[in-house]
Amino acid sequence: MSGGYDDELTRPLEGALEASTSEGPTSPAVGRDEWVARHGDNRTGRGGRIGKLEERLRVVPWWAWLATFVALFCLVPVVSDSGYVRRVAFDIAIYMLLALGLNVVVGWGGLLDLGYIAFFGIGAYAYALLSSDHYGVHLPSFVSIPLVVVIGATVGFLVGLPSRRLTGDYLAIVTLFFLQLFLTVTTNGDDLFGHNVTGGANGILNADPLSLFGHELPPTLEGGLFNPAYMYVVLAVFVVVYVALRFVNLSRTGRAWRSLREDPLAAEVMGMPVNSLKLMSFAFGAAIAALSGTFVTALSGSVFPLSFSFGILIIIYTMVILGGSGSQPGVVLGAVLIGILLELLRDPGDSRVLFYSAILVGVVAIYRFSVRLAVIVGGTLVFGIVVHSIAGAIDNGWVNGSGGEGGGVADFAANWVIVPVQLADWVAPVSYCLLVALALVLTLVHGWARIALLIPVLYLAAFVWENVMISQPEPTRYIILGVILIGLMIFRPTGILGEKRVEII
Amino acid sequence: MDDKLLDLQNVSMAFGGLRVITDLDLHVNRGEIVSVIGPNGAGKTTLFNLVTGVYQPTGGNIVFDGASITGLEPHQITRRGIARTFQTLRLFLNMSVRENVMAAAYGHTKAGVFRSMLRTPGMRREEREIRELAEKRLAFFGERLMGYRWDQPAYSLSYANRRRLEIARATATNPTLLLLDEPAAGMNPKETQEITELIELLRTDGGYTILVIEHDMHVVEGISDRVVALDHGFKIAEGSFEEVATSSQVIEAYLGTGGMARK
Amino acid sequence: MDTFIQLTLNGLTLGSVYALIALGYSLVYGILKLLNFAHGDVFMVGTFIGFGALQLLGGTTNPVVPAWALLALITLAAMAGCAVLGVVIERFAYRPLRDAPRIAPLISALGVSFFIAYSMQLLFGSELRSYDMFSLSGGALYTDGFDIGNVRVPMIRIITILAAFVMMILLWLLVTRTRVGKAMRATSFDREAAAMMGIDIDKVIVFAFVLGSALAGAAGVLFALRIPTYATIGFLIGLKGFTAAVIGGIGSIPGAMAGGLVLGFAESYAQGYISTRWSDLLVFILLILFLVFRPQGILGKADIRKV
Repeated sequence: MSGGYDDELTRPLEGALEASTSEGPTSPAVGRDEWVARHGDNRTGRGGRIGKLEERLRVVPWWAWLATFVALFCLVPVVSDSGYVRRVAFDIAIYMLLALGLNVVVGWGGLLDLGYIAFFGIGAYAYALLSSDHYGVHLPSFVSIPLVVVIGATVGFLVGLPSRRLTGDYLAIVTLFFLQLFLTVTTNGDDLFGHNVTGGANGILNADPLSLFGHELPPTLEGGLFNPAYMYVVLAVFVVVYVALRFVNLSRTGRAWRSLREDPLAAEVMGMPVNSLKLMSFAFGAAIAALSGTFVTALSGSVFPLSFSFGILIIIYTMVILGGSGSQPGVVLGAVLIGILLELLRDPGDSRVLFYSAILVGVVAIYRFSVRLAVIVGGTLVFGIVVHSIAGAIDNGWVNGSGGEGGGVADFAANWVIVPVQLADWVAPVSYCLLVALALVLTLVHGWARIALLIPVLYLAAFVWENVMISQPEPTRYIILGVILIGLMIFRPTGILGEKRVEII
Repeated sequence: MDDKLLDLQNVSMAFGGLRVITDLDLHVNRGEIVSVIGPNGAGKTTLFNLVTGVYQPTGGNIVFDGASITGLEPHQITRRGIARTFQTLRLFLNMSVRENVMAAAYGHTKAGVFRSMLRTPGMRREEREIRELAEKRLAFFGERLMGYRWDQPAYSLSYANRRRLEIARATATNPTLLLLDEPAAGMNPKETQEITELIELLRTDGGYTILVIEHDMHVVEGISDRVVALDHGFKIAEGSFEEVATSSQVIEAYLGTGGMARK
Repeated sequence: MDTFIQLTLNGLTLGSVYALIALGYSLVYGILKLLNFAHGDVFMVGTFIGFGALQLLGGTTNPVVPAWALLALITLAAMAGCAVLGVVIERFAYRPLRDAPRIAPLISALGVSFFIAYSMQLLFGSELRSYDMFSLSGGALYTDGFDIGNVRVPMIRIITILAAFVMMILLWLLVTRTRVGKAMRATSFDREAAAMMGIDIDKVIVFAFVLGSALAGAAGVLFALRIPTYATIGFLIGLKGFTAAVIGGIGSIPGAMAGGLVLGFAESYAQGYISTRWSDLLVFILLILFLVFRPQGILGKADIRKV
């Protein structure tokens, strides 16, 4: 008797057909299951108008979404002359690429890579070393960039290789330390056994701009404005990477990644080499990060160690998790949202609008259009007016502090929020800590008590925002990102577009 | 004459000081259906873990189809032709029924990452073949895992269907030897009868050699060419079902010394 | 020889502080299997609380209490403040995620870490803050002390080392000799079984955070006695304390102590004999080697799990 399998393993079991169609007290209710299965979908979607909208949107093919998105993106330099806006578009395109790469590692491979930014930096530095005055090597872009991608993948492979047997926590630590290692080496690399390899804290300067088909792309146009060609190049690369990754995810490799996320032991026993698959996702992520790094160096003509800090790491992570780890459209959306958020925070006027919009969207999302919503919004407005008036009556200097730069929102804030002319030292820390404490208490109370507490808390938040946070974008951005991450993990770990999962313990 | 497909030679397994399996000699001949029985803690699932490479034996050698597989990684062993199901069902719950089975075809397919990125004709052809293979394997179970079921997530299946899916998935690796870990666990009498027939069909139609862990003696009686009994990691009996079921050591292992009275 | 003594002294001082921080990591990891990334920032808050308390008590130039009381009070203040902070973090950022997949609390911890560090920067700026212990009692902390050969062992270092060791010993006693300690050890072995034996898991976990955070607060003060602090110092020092915990065997109390000292010595000797620039690098390489070849650290046990 041979041990091979037979194509004739298709004959259904004796009695299976009868069993499945007979009705009776002991027969398996396959027919009934089928009805439930067909109509079960009706229950899984959301009801109401949003549900119907989701149904319609689901029919749109993926490439239509991608094409529309890219088209809109391309319109940005057309619609806006501002060099600043175009530069922001470039930055966001880079973020999108980085998010795609991290998605492969975290979302598909299931690995917590806390050193991801190191590969971004390695790509940036490698490009600088291959196309700059530093060593006098000036490889053209179409040579240096692919070379950097290979370098990135190789380093990723080498870093991942000894770590592949380590469980999630340990991999996180090793990669974290790898990033720290990278930062230390690049910062001190101007004296590596007597050689100036990385230029130390001053970095490497005079890196070549991109060259396409023999033509150099200057980073700035005449007049010093940012050259949108750079944005278009990155966008094109983004599309190629997006599509390529999508195809990989739909292939047997993607299937294997999904399996190993579900149950690594079962995947391994079903013939999938789990460690190699994880390593592959790790190296892929590293390669994409390195690729992103080349464009950043090419544009700015220089590279510094400080650009690759843990701050960037948390930005990319927030983008990926907010958008939905495992979902490519999700992480791209996350990149765009967070990218815009970060830019808005730089300007106090925009910050203010952002704040009030976020508050409004937040309460509407939680309380919908209801009586409670009206109470909250109305109550907060009234509360503010009352407190502001009282404060102004006690001492004029307590409320006349805002600069009064135009704009409706600014005026509203000036007349509604208490903005003292001079802020005593103790006010900022006390009000901030009070706000945090009360916000935490809010999570503990429910119902009308929560609404009653919410009103003063919202006003206090506006106070803290106006007086403390608006003027300091750098710490504010990281505070907000931190809060977003904590909130996401607790309330919606799948992010906006991430796959909803059933976890069996 | 014996034609040993799987041969455990003096295999031992210890976790630190805890000896789970001691000096075990066990073999399965080509085309045989062998059952492994024994009270809980006897080392039966550990045996499966050893054969599939999840554990490395602390002593002895495991030979499959003439070659030693001791020390190989599980996915390598699977590619050589050994597949298993799990006692506590380990399906890919958030994936569809069809995808669960397609995933298991990884080991004998070869479209690489770069070919997938470019969607070469070869890669697309292989995908079609994998899909057809999965559907064929699922069709084996009749109407139960057919049609609309293929696109359902695995978590929506009933318990019995999940067990069937797990077997279907294992067969998609194109194995020579199937290890079934308590395939009838939790099933009602009708389903148990079906499983008994199924296992026999796997041998006659599928050509698999099968090693089964089972507690339900009706199933064991119905399928086995040979039965091996383990207790506390030792083999305490081997032979036909009648021989093992009436062996005094086996009765003692299950019922204690007082059980000798009932026979 | 003098260099060696000086470097050893440095290593001992540094190592004691690292050990205190490492203990916090190990205590929490042992029970929750969670790498509390925010721990380093709790340490940082400790340095700031100590600074604040110091100012409230008149500063080092005009203290309202004698020097020893000053030091004791600011240490206690930091320990108390950090303990509260630790409890709050556990209650709001980690407890809701106790049954979530392991990656969730890790990311939450990352968020907490950034939140604390940058809140501090928001409120207090990014300048360095020095305790200025030189000015206390006319610099007595630096001039008093004893000599080993040609090397002066100043009071300030003696205090640091002694205080750290006393706390470690107290902790060790607490974990091994008291019922609470036993409950903690039981929970770290098998949480479900401990719960079934009637142990209140929530209280045990909170207690672990209280202990770990209090120690981090103490470490903060001891550290800041000699080295100026700033809002984002938590990242790097936390990383080092964490390295110490892993080297010693994460989850093991004696391991944390051993790891802290090993790290302190390694860093000190590397700084002295090789170079200050590359000492950090060596430390990180040391850690990576440990993780790859001996993940259980010096004193940890290899993880045996039945499938």
